[in-house]
Amino acid sequence: MEYPSGYKYTKEHEWIDVTGDRGRVGITDYAQQQLGDVVYIELPEVGTALKEGQSFGTIESVKAVSELYSPVSGEVVEVNAALKSKPEVVNTDPHGSWLIAVRLSEPKEIAGLLDAAQYGSLVK
Amino acid sequence: MSSPPLKKTALNARHRASGAKMAPYGGWDMPLEYSGIAAEHMAVRTGAGVFDVSHMGEIEIAGKDALAALQQISCNDASKLQSGQAQYSGLLTPNGTFVDDLVVYRLKADHFLLVVNAANLFKDYAWIAEHIASAGDAVAVDSSSRYALLAVQGPAAAGAVQPLTGVDLASLAPFSFAHGEVANVRATISRTGYTGEDGFEIFVPPQSADRVWQAVLASGEADGLVPCGLGARDTLRLEAAMRLYGNDIDEETTALEAGLGWIVGWQKPDFVGAAALRAQKTAGLTRRLVGFELVDPGIARRGHEVLAGGARVGVVTSGTQTPYLKKSIGMAYVPADKASPGTGIQIDIRGRTANAIVVPLPFYKRTTEPEGHR
Repeated sequence: MEYPSGYKYTKEHEWIDVTGDRGRVGITDYAQQQLGDVVYIELPEVGTALKEGQSFGTIESVKAVSELYSPVSGEVVEVNAALKSKPEVVNTDPHGSWLIAVRLSEPKEIAGLLDAAQYGSLVK
Repeated sequence: MSSPPLKKTALNARHRASGAKMAPYGGWDMPLEYSGIAAEHMAVRTGAGVFDVSHMGEIEIAGKDALAALQQISCNDASKLQSGQAQYSGLLTPNGTFVDDLVVYRLKADHFLLVVNAANLFKDYAWIAEHIASAGDAVAVDSSSRYALLAVQGPAAAGAVQPLTGVDLASLAPFSFAHGEVANVRATISRTGYTGEDGFEIFVPPQSADRVWQAVLASGEADGLVPCGLGARDTLRLEAAMRLYGNDIDEETTALEAGLGWIVGWQKPDFVGAAALRAQKTAGLTRRLVGFELVDPGIARRGHEVLAGGARVGVVTSGTQTPYLKKSIGMAYVPADKASPGTGIQIDIRGRTANAIVVPLPFYKRTTEPEGHR
């Protein structure tokens, strides 16, 4: 699966799609492959303040549980409630399944993230 | 400290060439999943799956006093077995706790095959050898390297295997076995398994395992048979409430606490662990292994604590979100007064308290008996 060129990536296998001062955050295709069948995602409340690298929830597959880490600092302004009943879409459409939207408080952090080519070679 | 290199089954190259996701298990490099745990789990419930379980250990006990020797070390009553029949049993400590659980096959009147857990093979062998030393004419042999073991499981299993063998599978009752050929390979076919479905476990020489594996896949493909890994084997066995050694039973838990009183040969005069189990039966149990369903979201995992009235009262031994029942289930040891179905308990899931309810075991039971068995 291609890594969208407009997204930025972390070494912990999250992506962020930034538009203006907001970014939608999800996990990468590589991450969903490693996890296997996703069955439950625990997401934060809207309004939660996050620091870059801070855990904002957990994602569970049949065999394992993983922490989710925020690529940036900011406030959670939206959570993808549809994932409660259909967590498996993270497996079928990882780059289209955002988990949370964050209002960035430190936009310069984006420059420190990986681009699609860098991330692609990381997980090769 | 470095670990010894992982052992490989005869099918290792096949798994790797087929793109299976591999993982270490019990000292072996084993396929964890092929197409995904959920897909494989569903295939076995609705069609069929084939598993490489060659990591399992095989120990044979033979000699004219083999039955007497086995009766001492295995808690179930092997005298009930005819040649060609098998039974689930336990090797118990003097405290009635588990050295291991196993399946005992009576090959001949004085010759038994014990299939044990991979990780326990050496411990079991040493324990058996020690305990049968004084049993007269009986020897134990570790024959694990002579067998590859394939499990073909699911409602379509018989349809997949029958075209490959001259053995009449319809006449093979559950927990019985027959010798013959599968795909022109010398084989022992046993109507047993670890999934809660009808199915077969097929013992073949390791050098021919790949031929049988390929033949089963080709034969069952049209009926939805898929290759499966140990991940689905674990979720399937848990849905069927089959105990897993190291999780649900171990050297700290007795056969009675584990709800396995039915594999104890109470009529036998003696066996290792008998006195402790009889005393525990008289005194009553203080804790029991129960099944639970989570009411709140999340998955309870092995090691999570069970809470009741705010107090820590037990521990989860196995837990998963089951692909077939689509419920978050698990097993846990809880105090005997919390063991009745319907009792509310809580599970501490990484600091979050989730409500659960005790439910009867098994979680899943197939609705039809194997076709044609008489």
